[in-house]
Amino acid sequence: MKFAVIQFPGSNCDQDVIHALRSFDGAEAEYVWHKSESLDGFDAVVVPGGFSFGDYLRTGAIARFSPIMKSVKNFAANGGVVLGICNGFQILCEAGLLPGALVRNRDLHFICEHVKLRVENAETRFTKAAQPGALLNIPIAHGEGCYFADDATLDELERNNQVLVRYDGVNPNGSCRNIAGICNREGNVFGLMPHPERACDPLLGSTDGRVIFQSLLS
Amino acid sequence: MSDPAITPEVIAKHGITPDEYERIKSILGREPNFTELGVFSVMWSEHCSYKNSKLELKKFPTTGPKVLVKAGEENAGVIDIGDGWAIAFKMESHNHPSAVEPFQGAATGVGGIIRDIFTMGARPVFSLNSLRFGPIDGDDAESKTNRRLFAGVVSGIAHYGNCIGIPTIGGEVYFDESYSGNPLVNVFNLGILRHEQIARGGAVGIGNPVFYVGAETGRDGLAGAAFASRELTEESKEDRPAVQVGDPFREKLLLEACLELLASGCVAGIQDMGAAGLTCSTCETASRGGTGVEIDLNLVPKREEGMTPYEILLSESQERMLVIVHKGQEATVREIFEKWDLPYAQIGEVKDDGMMRVREGDRVVVEIPARQLADEAPLYSREAAPKREIPALDLATVPELDPLESLPKLLAHPSIASKRWVWRQYDHMVRLGATVLPGSDAAVFVVREADKILAAATDCNAIYCRQDPREGARIAVAECCRNLACSGAVPLALTDNLNFGNPHKPENFLQLREAVEGMAEACRAFDTPVTGGNVSLYNESPIAAIDPTPTVGVVGLIADPKHITTSAFKQAGDAIILIGDLGHELGASHYLKVCHGRKEGAPPLLDYSHEIEVHNAVRALIRLGLVRSAHDCSEGGLAVAVAESCLAVEGAPLGASLAFTTNGLRADQALFNESQSRIVISTTRGNAAAVLALLEWRGVPARRLGEVTDQDSLTITVDGRAFDWKLASLHEAWAETIGRLMSS
Amino acid sequence: MKAVVTVMPKKSVLDPQGAAVAQAMDHLGLPHVGKVRVGRSIEIELPEGASEEKLHELCRDFLSNPVIEDYELEIR
Repeated sequence: MKFAVIQFPGSNCDQDVIHALRSFDGAEAEYVWHKSESLDGFDAVVVPGGFSFGDYLRTGAIARFSPIMKSVKNFAANGGVVLGICNGFQILCEAGLLPGALVRNRDLHFICEHVKLRVENAETRFTKAAQPGALLNIPIAHGEGCYFADDATLDELERNNQVLVRYDGVNPNGSCRNIAGICNREGNVFGLMPHPERACDPLLGSTDGRVIFQSLLS
Repeated sequence: MSDPAITPEVIAKHGITPDEYERIKSILGREPNFTELGVFSVMWSEHCSYKNSKLELKKFPTTGPKVLVKAGEENAGVIDIGDGWAIAFKMESHNHPSAVEPFQGAATGVGGIIRDIFTMGARPVFSLNSLRFGPIDGDDAESKTNRRLFAGVVSGIAHYGNCIGIPTIGGEVYFDESYSGNPLVNVFNLGILRHEQIARGGAVGIGNPVFYVGAETGRDGLAGAAFASRELTEESKEDRPAVQVGDPFREKLLLEACLELLASGCVAGIQDMGAAGLTCSTCETASRGGTGVEIDLNLVPKREEGMTPYEILLSESQERMLVIVHKGQEATVREIFEKWDLPYAQIGEVKDDGMMRVREGDRVVVEIPARQLADEAPLYSREAAPKREIPALDLATVPELDPLESLPKLLAHPSIASKRWVWRQYDHMVRLGATVLPGSDAAVFVVREADKILAAATDCNAIYCRQDPREGARIAVAECCRNLACSGAVPLALTDNLNFGNPHKPENFLQLREAVEGMAEACRAFDTPVTGGNVSLYNESPIAAIDPTPTVGVVGLIADPKHITTSAFKQAGDAIILIGDLGHELGASHYLKVCHGRKEGAPPLLDYSHEIEVHNAVRALIRLGLVRSAHDCSEGGLAVAVAESCLAVEGAPLGASLAFTTNGLRADQALFNESQSRIVISTTRGNAAAVLALLEWRGVPARRLGEVTDQDSLTITVDGRAFDWKLASLHEAWAETIGRLMSS
Repeated sequence: MKAVVTVMPKKSVLDPQGAAVAQAMDHLGLPHVGKVRVGRSIEIELPEGASEEKLHELCRDFLSNPVIEDYELEIR
């Protein structure tokens, strides 16, 4: 499986995602510059974390207009798998590929720490290697990770089992209904604030993030 | 618009003495014009020329078999770490800008040190910082100001470091009255490179084009270098419009573009524009290259209209670099900087006449011999006050307080309490390298591209330095190396940041000289050459000078991931062993300061050979797989060290039960003394006897103190007197104090 | 009574956000825009007779950062 890791100016988790992906058998990963317009030959797209365009104006607000985003939208519309992590999730929301928005953390501080995530739906392409209800130890690192959507949208997300992971126990950032990650209606676009690529190596204290990539590869 | 006339007042306002002015005239063979006067004033400020400290700094050892680039040669020293890989690292202060505008001051400090590192051709991989503020625990206006400064500095560091994607993985934060109104912000960055990638900052190759790359020049931080070389006064507030604003996004692009440019092979020399901006980079590259550089200010990308040559040359706008390119390869610069959407311009070329010549179109506005400007600032050996005897602490004057109350009080002191509130705001995990959470003895980082494990720490106990700068500086180096030993690392080299008061005051200059000599001696003892650093003088608030604070940062290597050791206890039932003596010295201790309100007495005495034996012993035990945790005794002594090992456990803390006898020490003395060369380790019960036997064989004093428990208590029995603390209350004191103070 | 406080980066101070927005506008088909400055607007419902002097003080010391920002106060 060949992953495209999109590089915006200001992306800073792109190398980390590549490093994590390459630790899996059967995974290839390559950078795709944001000014490129083609995703030919790729089986999946990862929009990595960072501060694309400095997060100026709003997180993801400028990145969504990069040339590559048109291709990402087409790729998703044709059923391709798209994973947005942290800033990538924010960009996918701004681009309208996922509903809702990410706003400033409840306590207004940037937060970097390990959190517990509960897998709410283990029957998707992103979570099928996990046990339903499994608790994952995966870090977050964001200043604007509070998931917000109106009640109707939230109800619809719940009804369609689009909430894939929720914060368990402590809600670190004030997200509506403890939401940490959601997918689109079709189940091929997934965005989450936590960083699974940072939990793929025992040296870093957790390997719980591997289950997300394993699901995609199996 | 004509330049102001040069009067004695104008000269004095530029911080130039009459003698220095005479020297300028003899270098030029004429009177300087106003712009040239400004250029001399920044280049000959303490910040750029180290004129008051250079004679002292020459005492540092700077060579060694692993030193690839020496201190002072380039922007940062470079050290060999094996297999063709090297590291470049350095510490630098941004004290004065942070006092005026904490958020931007700290942010631009981080940006500056990162530029210093990638200027060397290295990819910056992690940062540390050493921060000092006045007390934050009162309701008075001063505490409120200190809290605002602390919060601002931490978010400024977070803003810049997080956005640029370089993890901030450790450091230290201290709180003491002497830093009220004059906080210290010392930032450290380390980068990784191949030996053949070392980039130089010389303008070489006559006729080579000189490029300006990065952000446009505005009226930011006008004469900031001169500003950093003055005392903070009420009038400093008027300097406020001079504050620079950092743009970490631009710097991220600049970093990537410069590394790409360096990899292309078209670069002959590269230099960042930090303090004194375009001035400094122009004359320093010319001086290093033994050449001249001529530039045209009309070609410099500018953010504002109508800037004078004086303003352009002295601007400290951030995120800019000067690059000398091999003739004929100009197109590569264009290609790479257009890809990254960054401004660039060819502004001049390398000449053979040794002059820094600045034109504005056809008009020459500055013409100064580059070497004399950059490297021949007057050097001063200031008057040092006579050394005074430091009376030893008379224990009889220290009432024995109840340790049951003293330990929680020490743990709640913001200097000792958990800094989680701070490092939670830093992205310490990006780049997948931080294998040890911030807060352990040393930060440990796996450099993925080189497959090397680095450990790094910063240290300085300024109370020791206040009482005895020589001993304090020696201990700063020893403690830093001890922290590395506890994490399983062998120290390689050291960077320093010397923070002192106004050197014209003999008392302050004595402190500087004593500290430098003590540090130099310790660097020789621990075989850690100094790779560079920074001097920050004039750290004085309206009340007094800061306590002398010669901060050191040491970097070491860990040979095997299995050797990575942290300070937290691991399992109930493990034996707790003290390597080193029980100690007895309470002079200049935190117990004396926090519980008795006294900063007095002589600091502990350091014995190099004993200290080194202790380091070697703990490393040997770690390599044998016999150490579960290791933590050195520092502020607060043995009791605080053991409590921290209990409390640092992720999830639920572990308890401990200890008992030992002394030769007639007071209980408070036994628990809180800060004698040096002591490390608390834990090992499995089964290995305890082997550990003690090995230590005895090495001739290192050690004793079994007790064991780790799963009880909710820490119990220490001294000469039959049992002291028992509930972990929950210790945890509250230690873990929540800073967060609580900062949300009040 | 309502106050509208507009806080803008000072003219001489770098506004990274504004610069990034200007560049994006260029890419999005509106080239050659002049300087873009990004600030913020704060609406405050005031009680009758609120002290205008106090309000200015808070605008200066709290709602804006006088080191890098200017403010304008409009009372409606």
